[in-house]
This record gives sequence, structure tokens and C-alpha cells, in this order.
Amino acid sequence: MDFLFITQQTLSATIGVNTIIFALAAIGLNMHFGYTGLLNFGQAGFLAIGAYSVAVPVISFGLPLWVAFLIGIFNSIIFALILGIPTLRLRADYLAIVTIAAAEIVRQIARSATFNSTLGGSDGITGKFGADFFALNPFKSGLNTPILRFNANDLWVIITGWLLVALIVFIMWVMVNSPWGRLMRAIREDEDAVRSLGKNVYLYKMQSLIIGGVIGACGGFVYALSRQSVQPDNYGTALTFFAYTVLILGGAARVFSPVVGAMIFWFLIVFIEQVLRQAVANDLIPDWLIGANQVSQIRFMLMGIGLMLLMIFRPQGIFGDKKELALDAKA
Amino acid sequence: MAKSPTLLTLGRAALLIAIALTFPILLASPAQAETPTKLYGVISGSAGEALSDIGISILGPGGFSAQTSTNEQGAWEVPILTKGTFSITINEDDLPEGQALTDPEKGTVKANVFMLGVDLRILFPIGPGVVQSSLLERSAQLTLDGILLGLVIALAALGLSLIFGTTGLTNFAHGEILTLAGLLTYYFSAIVGLPVLVAAPLAVLIGAVISGFLQDKYLWKPLRRRGTGLIAMLVVSIGFAIFLRYFFLFIFGGDTRQLPQYAGQAGLELGWVNITPKSILTSTVGIIFIIGATLWLLRTRMGKASRAVADNPALASASGIDVQKVIRAVWILGAALASFAGVIITVNQGVSFLMGQDMLLLIFAAVTLGGLGTANGALVGSLIIGLFVQLSTLFIPTELKYVGALIVLILILVIRPQGILGKQERIG
Repeated sequence: MDFLFITQQTLSATIGVNTIIFALAAIGLNMHFGYTGLLNFGQAGFLAIGAYSVAVPVISFGLPLWVAFLIGIFNSIIFALILGIPTLRLRADYLAIVTIAAAEIVRQIARSATFNSTLGGSDGITGKFGADFFALNPFKSGLNTPILRFNANDLWVIITGWLLVALIVFIMWVMVNSPWGRLMRAIREDEDAVRSLGKNVYLYKMQSLIIGGVIGACGGFVYALSRQSVQPDNYGTALTFFAYTVLILGGAARVFSPVVGAMIFWFLIVFIEQVLRQAVANDLIPDWLIGANQVSQIRFMLMGIGLMLLMIFRPQGIFGDKKELALDAKA
Repeated sequence: MAKSPTLLTLGRAALLIAIALTFPILLASPAQAETPTKLYGVISGSAGEALSDIGISILGPGGFSAQTSTNEQGAWEVPILTKGTFSITINEDDLPEGQALTDPEKGTVKANVFMLGVDLRILFPIGPGVVQSSLLERSAQLTLDGILLGLVIALAALGLSLIFGTTGLTNFAHGEILTLAGLLTYYFSAIVGLPVLVAAPLAVLIGAVISGFLQDKYLWKPLRRRGTGLIAMLVVSIGFAIFLRYFFLFIFGGDTRQLPQYAGQAGLELGWVNITPKSILTSTVGIIFIIGATLWLLRTRMGKASRAVADNPALASASGIDVQKVIRAVWILGAALASFAGVIITVNQGVSFLMGQDMLLLIFAAVTLGGLGTANGALVGSLIIGLFVQLSTLFIPTELKYVGALIVLILILVIRPQGILGKQERIG
């Protein structure tokens, strides 16, 4: 077993691109679920809209990248409005079903052959739509040390990505500690009490949906830029579920927990995967039990069990406060 | 479910295109350099007969343009003297009555002449053409397909709705009950070698025991006892679904497999519609299952008790109903119904590890549409979703049919958030 390689891969993943993407998706969900109590299962839809909004305007319409970012933010606001108008009056479990359906609509439209010419069908879009972004890359070579390894482009994505995460975490921290943030938490705990104070709960829920959705779309920007391609099937329901796993792992309703949750999540995933791969490759695990291409399936099975155990035994996550997060306030 | 004829034609066309795209490479025969490249082909009809006097036009780099037509043997050829990409177009108007390109979009084929002297054979697959059935016939077939789909959804939705009604659990792992039953049917039928008529009931029985009895006993009952909240249980069910799905992938692999028995059963023409005998049999049994479950709910002590628990668990418990026993019965019934839905899909369309997940959103849509927790609501919702999914293909591309159903779900929630037959309480 090559432990040095395992360490390098695992630590690189812990602060890597995927961690940034899931941290952003989970920060958005934290706004929805952690602070406002909205059970949004359509977060993958927001990421998909962010990702496609970066790729399509540049590739199909030749617009500059910064315009594409603005289009992405605009589109995610529109999606939040479309999603919110029919659903925000529903109880939490119905909201979950409808939002998951909405995200699936986005994915199926994106992968359909009907819009093949602009959205790329099931193959998605691959191209140099991030050229404007990578042109600003000051790094000529990547990083290759015994514990961390990134190529030049990934290094640039990671540094700008973490700056974005830091900025968004700071904004979140300011927001949730403002009177507005306290109102959100009050809605989560008891909607009727907030209504009785003369507040328009519907409007505040909509604000929460929009803010969390835009943060999710930022995750989609990173997803698309880092890979220079958009694949519709990456934005399925599994993405939302794993974002929830990240959020619950860290502990909902804590500003920093999605970030820490994402780091732990990817640390565990890559560590387990690399150890299993090495074990299979070195015949420490017999071939009839786990084949070389079955490792990622084991990984997903462990993620499923992990989510179950976490929810049963420690629903408040690592940093969460059980008193703050009564998960059933809405049920 | 009867596969619609358009899908079959599309599949066949896709195969022919694949062949057409590979052939120019396979048949390229090296010849001496400096000799012209020959673009050639033979146009033959669906029965293999040569088609003469079919116009072929070729456009190429540098304003190259050539016209020719096929001879008595259906053959044509055009010499090419420059390298480059040429586009070859067949004049579809010249094709005789009843003959057409199997893929109408492949009337123009691109050929890349990368080396002179290498001849390229160009294929235009010709078939009997798409037989345009009338709108009425298509509507009739799609209505039947919709009812059959609605039946499968209803079998699964009834269980989901009953479990929700009695325990409040929104079970995201419900689709995996269908998959398990499908895999069991496949195992008993294709691997053990039992006839499907034995394998299917066995799969439903084992499905009811594992997905109903054991699942409730070892997972959900302990959670209820711990006082785990409903949203927490919802997330647990998601974790469970992810675990099961990848477990199925781990043991079964990622492909869709057909049962060996009755695999290519021919459909029966009944007036305007076409239906396979296996589909008639499985749907009839499905309807009997649904009627049985409805009678159980309305007539038996246990069924009435389950409605009492759904209405008010505390009151039901106080009036002497064993709530845990009722919940166990509902789980077993729900799992048996959903297992049979899985069997229907497996027998008619084959089984894959994603089968349950693919159905789950339609099941949720049906239940939400009808009103969560109400049995008759689930049935009505399923029928509407099934019909809508199939009939919408009259107007929108087939690949977007699920999108249409999901959009209808959202639209109905705007107008009537409690669903068609639901109670007001679900509005938050």
C-alpha cells in the first residue's frame, strides 16, 4: 500500500475543488433548511442552472464570461421565484417532493435532444468557456508536494474558490446575526408566531430561497469552470442528497459547518476510496468480493449508511446545537 | 407496459445509423496513390431490391459539385480528385412509394476523403418508411399505455400513501421495494430457472417479508420508538435508498436485463390498440391486487383500524387498537403491492438497479396530486399521472414526457395545494 499517495490524494481532496462546490451547495441549503426550515430538495437544480448559465452564453452566444456570471445569478433568482411561488405555502414534506421534481425538470430539459443545439443534450457542453477566467491565472505550473498536488488550473480555481467561500461565509455571518436572520430563525421555529407580529412570512421565505439558491448557483459556476464542461447527469438528485449529508455532517444552522462538513465529507470519501483501491489492487481484498470497478459503489453504500447513522444518532451534526435545530418544528 | 411502436422504430433506425457510420471506415480499401478516390454506394429498398434512377448529389471543397443517379443494379459512383470533406445527398423524392430513409435526418451523409485512392462506400439505409397512424389510433394506444402505467404507479403509490397515513413517514426508499422485487423475479426466473409464473409470486412474497415485515421491524419501528422526528426519518430513508441502490448496483451491475421467458412476445392487435398477452395478465392481476387492497381497507377490522390510526393515532390507541400491529400490517401490504409493481415492470420492460428510482418521482407526483395519506387520492392521482405522461407525447417529444407530468404536479399545487382529494391540513 502506498500510504504517501493515499495521504496526498486525501489531503488534496480535502481542500480541493469538490469540497468548494459542496461547501457552496451546502451553505445555500443551510440558508434554506438550517435557518429558515425550508426542506429544499432541489438544490441540484440551482447548481445546474449556475453551471449551464456559465457555459451556454459563452459557447452558444459568444458573450464574455463576466456577463455569463450575471446571467447565472439572474437565472437562479428567476428559478427561485418559479419554485417558490407554488411551493412555499406547502408543509415541509410536500415542499421536499415538489422541489425535487423541479430540479429533475431542469435536468431532463437540459439533457433532452430537443434543446441539443444550445444545451448539448445528454453529452452536455465541453469547451473553453472558462478561457477568460484561466487567462487571469498567475500560476504557470501546478503544485506538487508530498502532501498536496494540484495542476496549475486547479490551483487557480481552488484559490479563487476559497476566496469566494470566505466572502459568502462572511456575508452569511453578517446576515444571520442581523435582525433579519433572527426573523428567519423565528419562522423556522414558529411561523404563526411570526405572522402574528405582522410579518409577511411568505416574503421572507422567498428571500431565503433566493439567497440560498444564488449561493448554490455559485457552486454551479465552480463546478462548470473547474471541469470546463457541464454534464447534465452530474446534477441529479444524488447531488442534493450529498449536499444535505455535508450540511448535516457539519451541523445545520451554524455558519461555518457546511465548510467543515464538506472538508470532512471529501476527506472520508477519498480516503476510503483510495484505501479500498489500493487494497483491491494489492490483493488484500479478494477479487470475488470487490472488483476493481466496484470500489466507488462501496463508497456510495457507505455514504448511504453514514447518512442514516448520522441522522439517527447525531442529527445535530458535529457542531450543531440540538436545541437550536429542532428538526421537527415543521413536520 | 407495451413498448410504443415509435420507440422500436427509433431503436432500429439508431442501429442502422451506427452501421452506416462505421461502414465507410470498414470498407475503405487501400489502392494505389494518385488514383482518384471513388465515392460509391448501392441503394436498395426495404426488401433488398435494387432501386434505380435515384438522384445523388455531392458537394465538396473548392466548389466541387457532382450529380449522378443509380443504375439498374441500384449502384452509383462518383470519382473524387481532391482530399476534403464531401457531403452526399440522396434525392428523397426519387424513392418509390412506401420506401423512405429509416432516419429522415440522414438524407445527407458526410464523407471525409483523407487519402486519395481509398474508396469510400456511402450507405443510405432505406426502410418501409414510417407508417403514419391516425391521431385517433395513436390516442387510443397512448390512453391504454397511460392506464397501464397508471396501474403500476397506483400499486406503488397505494403502499406509500398508506405508510404515510399511518406513520407520517415520507419514504424515499419506496422505489427500492420495486427494484428488489424485480431483481428477485430476475433471479428466480433467469438464474434459478423457474417459470415466471412461479418466480413472480415468489418475488412478491419475499418482497413483502423483506421490504415490509423486516424493514419495519428492524429499521422503522426502533426509530419510532426512539422518537426520531419525521423530517429526520425522511432523511434516514434517503440514506437507506442510496445504500440499497448502490448495493443493487454492486451485486447486479448497471445494465437493464430482460427475463428470458416471454422476452420477445408479440403483441395482439385489438381494434386500434396493440397489447402483449403478458401485459394483459400482469395488469389484470394488478387490478385484482388494488381491488383487494381497497376492500381490505374498507371492510376488514384491520383495514378500518388502519384508517383510524391514520386519522388520529392517539385516539386509535386509546380505543384499544394495537397501533404497532396496524402499522406492521400496512407495511406488509404496501410492500407486497409495490413488489408487484416491480414485477410488472420487470416482466414487461426488464429490470435495472435504477428502476425504482426512476419510478419514485412519478409515485410521489401521483400521491401528492391525489392528496398524501388518502388511498383513493393515490389511485386517482396515479391514473392522472399515467395518462398524462403517455398522452402528452402527442404534443411534446417523448423524452420530455416525465417533465410534462412534473410540471402538471407543480401547476396543480398552485391552484389546489392540498391535492385533488386531500384535506386542508397539509398547507404549512
